[in-house]
Amino acid sequence: MTAAASVDSLMTTAPITRRRTSERKHVGSHVFLLIITVLWTAPLLWAMYTSLRPYGETAKYGYLSLPHHLTFSNFRNAWSQADILHYFWNSVIITLPAVVITLGLASCVAYVLSRFSFWFNIPLLIIFVSANLLPPQVIITPLYRIYLTIHVPHFISSSGLLYNSYAGLIVVNTAFQLGFCVFVLSNYMKTIPNEITEAALVDGASVWTRYWKLTLPLCRPALAALATLLTTWIYNDFFWAITLISSGNKRPITSALANLQGQYFTNQNLLAAGALITAVPTLLVYVLLQKQFIAGLSLGSSKG
Amino acid sequence: MLSAGDKVVLSLMVFIPLAIVLFFVWFPALATVFLSFTTWSGIGGLKAIHADGIQNYHQIATNYPPFVPALEHNVLWLVVFIVFATPLGILIAVLLDQKIRGSRIYQSLIFLPVMLSLALIGIIWELMYSNNYGLINSLIGRNGQTNFIDWLGNPKLNIWAVLVEASWRQVGYVMVLYLAGLKAVDPTLREAATVDGATPWQTFWRVVFPVLRPINVIIVVITVIESLRAFDLVYITNGGTNGLELLSVLVTRNILGQQSRIGFGSSLGVVLLVIALVPIITFLVQQLREEKRR
Repeated sequence: MTAAASVDSLMTTAPITRRRTSERKHVGSHVFLLIITVLWTAPLLWAMYTSLRPYGETAKYGYLSLPHHLTFSNFRNAWSQADILHYFWNSVIITLPAVVITLGLASCVAYVLSRFSFWFNIPLLIIFVSANLLPPQVIITPLYRIYLTIHVPHFISSSGLLYNSYAGLIVVNTAFQLGFCVFVLSNYMKTIPNEITEAALVDGASVWTRYWKLTLPLCRPALAALATLLTTWIYNDFFWAITLISSGNKRPITSALANLQGQYFTNQNLLAAGALITAVPTLLVYVLLQKQFIAGLSLGSSKG
Repeated sequence: MLSAGDKVVLSLMVFIPLAIVLFFVWFPALATVFLSFTTWSGIGGLKAIHADGIQNYHQIATNYPPFVPALEHNVLWLVVFIVFATPLGILIAVLLDQKIRGSRIYQSLIFLPVMLSLALIGIIWELMYSNNYGLINSLIGRNGQTNFIDWLGNPKLNIWAVLVEASWRQVGYVMVLYLAGLKAVDPTLREAATVDGATPWQTFWRVVFPVLRPINVIIVVITVIESLRAFDLVYITNGGTNGLELLSVLVTRNILGQQSRIGFGSSLGVVLLVIALVPIITFLVQQLREEKRR
C-alpha cells in the first residue's frame, strides 16, 4: 500500500518537477528580461508620473519625490492652452485619406503583379519597393521646389499650391508608403489559390469584378494589418510635415509638438502631459490592435 | 483573352499608382542628382539654374565644416545600431521564443516605444535627461545648480544620449521582426538538433540562424536605412546642431534656412542617396532570389 502510494505520488509530482526545473533553467532569462523591461518602461512611467503632479508640488519637493497630490490638471491645461483638438483634427484630415488612398492604389498594383505575368512585373515591383526604402531627405530638395510650383484649386488648398496644404501631405505620404503596401499585398495575394479567380473567369467576370469582389475580400486580414500600420506611421510622421507645411496651425499634431514644446508647455509637468496626450491615439492602437500592428510588420519582413 | 475594357482597367490599375510614385519619388530623386551639379537659389525660375560641375561636391569636401561631423554621427548611429541595438533585439527575441512564463508581457512592454513617434520619444527623454529635473541626474545626485550633467547640451555627450533614445525604439522593432521569423522556423529542425545532442547555443547558431537568412538580411537593411533616415530625434532635441549634426539635417537646412541653396543641398542629398543604394540593392537582390526560388 505504501508502495502504491509512493508510485501514485511519483506519477503526480513528476510533471510538476519537470516544469519547475524548466522554469529554473530560465531564471537567467527572467532576470535579464526583467531588467530590460524595467529600463524600457522607466521613461514612459516617469513621464506619466511627472504629468500627474501639480507644478507647485514638484517645485517645492523636487521631481524625484513621493507624491502628495495627483491630478489631471496638467492634462486639462495642456489640452486647452495649446488647442490640441485643432492639431488632432489636422492629423485626422491627413491620415485617414492617405491610408485609404494608399491601400486602394497599392492593392490595384498588387493584384496585377500577383495575377498576371507581364514582362514588366519585376521592374514594377522594384520601382515601388525601392521608393519606399529611400531616405526622405534624398528627395526633399526638389520635392520642396515642386510643391512650390504645382498649383491646385483653392478648394483643395487655400494657398493655391501643393506646398503648405493638407493635400500635399496626403500625396507625399501616399507616394512614399505605396511601395511597402504593394510588396506586402502582392505577396499576400500570391498565397490565395488561383482556382477561386479561375472559377470566376469561366463565368466571364471582368478584371475589375475579380479584383474588387473576389480578391480584395480575401485580403481583409492583410488590409487590416496594413491599415493599422499605416495609420500609426502617417500619424507619427514628422519630417514631411516639418518641411512641406509652413504655417504652424496647419501642422498635424506630431510635428506641431516642436512648436508647442517651447510656446505653451512652459514646465516639465505640462510638457509631459501635452506629450502624453499626443500619444493617446497610438496607445489606443497599441492596446486594441497590437496584434494587427505586429502582423503588418511581420508580413513585410517574412514574405507571404 | 482579355477584353478591351479589361485592358483599360488593368492599365489604369497600374498607371495611376505608378505615375504617383514616379512623379513624387523618382523624379525628385533624379532631380536631386541633376541639381547637385548646378547652382540655384530657387529664385528666378528654372532659367536661373546654372551648371556648376562638381563645384558643390568640392565645397562639401574642402570647405563645409559641418559635413565631417555629420558623416561621423551617421556612421556612429549605424555602428551603435549594429553592435548594440540590433543584437540586443535579436537576443531578446531568442529568449522570448523559449516559451517562458510571461513572455507576452515582456514582449508588449519592450515593444511599446515602437508605437510612439520619434518626436514624442525625444520629448519623453528630455524629461529623463533634464539638467535639474530629469530622472537620471536626480538618481545619481547630479541635479544641483552647478554639478549637473548636461546630457543633451554637451556636444561630446549628446549624440550618445540621443543614441540611447534611438536604441530604445530600435530594440523593440528588431525584437518583433525577429520573433515573427523565429516562430516560422520548422520546430522539427530544432527537435532533430536536440536529439543529436546539440546545446541550445549550437542549435541557434548552426540550425536556426542559417534558416533565418532572409530575415537576417531584412534586419540588416532596416538597420542601415533607419540610421540614414535619422532626423526627428535630433531635430526635436536641438534642431540638429551643436554635436547633433546628421546628413539628413544638413540637407534640410538648405531648404528650411534663410538662404536656400538648392544645388548645394542636392549634392548633400546625393551623398545620402549613394550610401542608401547599398542596403536598397542588397534588399532587392535578396527578394529577387526568393522570387526565383518560388
